[in-house]
Amino acid sequence: MRDSLIYLLVFALGIVLALVGWVPEFFLPDDMAKGILYLLLFFVGIQIGSSKHLLSVVKSLGFKIVLVPAATTIGTFAAVILVSYLLPHRSLSDCLCVGSGFAYYSLSSILISEYRGAELGTVALLANIIREFFVLVFAPWMVKYFGKLAPICAGGATTMDTTLPIITKYSGTDYVVVALFHGMIIDFSVPLWVSFFLSL
Amino acid sequence: MLPIFLVIVSGIVVGSLVRNISATRYTGKIIGILIALLLFSLGLSVGTNEQVITNFRFIGLDAFVIATAATLGSVLCAAWVYRKFFRKKDKES
Repeated sequence: MRDSLIYLLVFALGIVLALVGWVPEFFLPDDMAKGILYLLLFFVGIQIGSSKHLLSVVKSLGFKIVLVPAATTIGTFAAVILVSYLLPHRSLSDCLCVGSGFAYYSLSSILISEYRGAELGTVALLANIIREFFVLVFAPWMVKYFGKLAPICAGGATTMDTTLPIITKYSGTDYVVVALFHGMIIDFSVPLWVSFFLSL
Repeated sequence: MLPIFLVIVSGIVVGSLVRNISATRYTGKIIGILIALLLFSLGLSVGTNEQVITNFRFIGLDAFVIATAATLGSVLCAAWVYRKFFRKKDKES
C-alpha cells in the first residue's frame, strides 16, 4: 500500500517535471531507463537465485504453466470486445489492435501508428502504459482478491521485465518462473496479434 | 530479448552463489528503489511526449477504458485458472 503510493507519486512527479521542462540531464528516459531496468533485472535474478526451491516449482507446475498466457489472451480479447460497444467511434479491430499490445506499449504503438495513424497509435501507447501502470500500482490488491496469477495475466508482455520485480514481491518467488514464461510467450505474440488485427 | 535473459541468468548465478550471505535480505529493498526510479522515468517519457500531452484529454479516456477492460478481463481469467489449477498446490507447499 505505502509502496504503491510512493510509486504513484514518483510517476506523477516524472510527468510534472517533464511538463515543466525540468528533466534532469542524466535522467533522459531511453538510456537511463534501460540501464536501471537491467540493474533491476540483475537484482531480480539474485532474488531468484538465492531463493531455495526454484526447480521444484517448474517440475510441479508442468503443463499448467501454458494456461497462464492463454488466460491472459482470452481474458483480454473477451473484455476488449465487450468494451468496444462503449466506444462506438472506434471499430472493433481498432480496439483489438490496442488491446493486443498486452502492455508492450513501445512496439504496439509504433506498429499501430504506422498502419492506422498516430492517433490510434497514441491510444495504444497510453492504454498499454496504463495497463503496465495498473499492475505496478494494484499488484497487491490483485493478489489479494484474484490470486497470485492475477498480476501476471494483467502484466501481459511486461512480466519478464518491468513488472517482474513487483510480481516477485507480491506473488512470491515461486511465481517468477511462471511470470518469465508468460512474459516470453506474450511478448512473442504481440507483433503477431497486432498485425493480425491491423489486417482486418 | 537476449540481453534481458543474460542479465537475469547472471543474476540467478550470482544469487545462488551468495544465497547464504545475509546481505541478500536487502535485495527486496533495492528492487523497490529501482522500481521507483523506473516509474519516475516512465513519467518523464509520458511528460516529454508532446503528442500524448496535447491530445491527452481526448484519447486518454479511450485508452483508459480499453486498458481497464483488458486488465480486468485478464485478471478474471487469471482468478479462474488460479482457483482451478494453482491454489491447491500453494496450500500444500
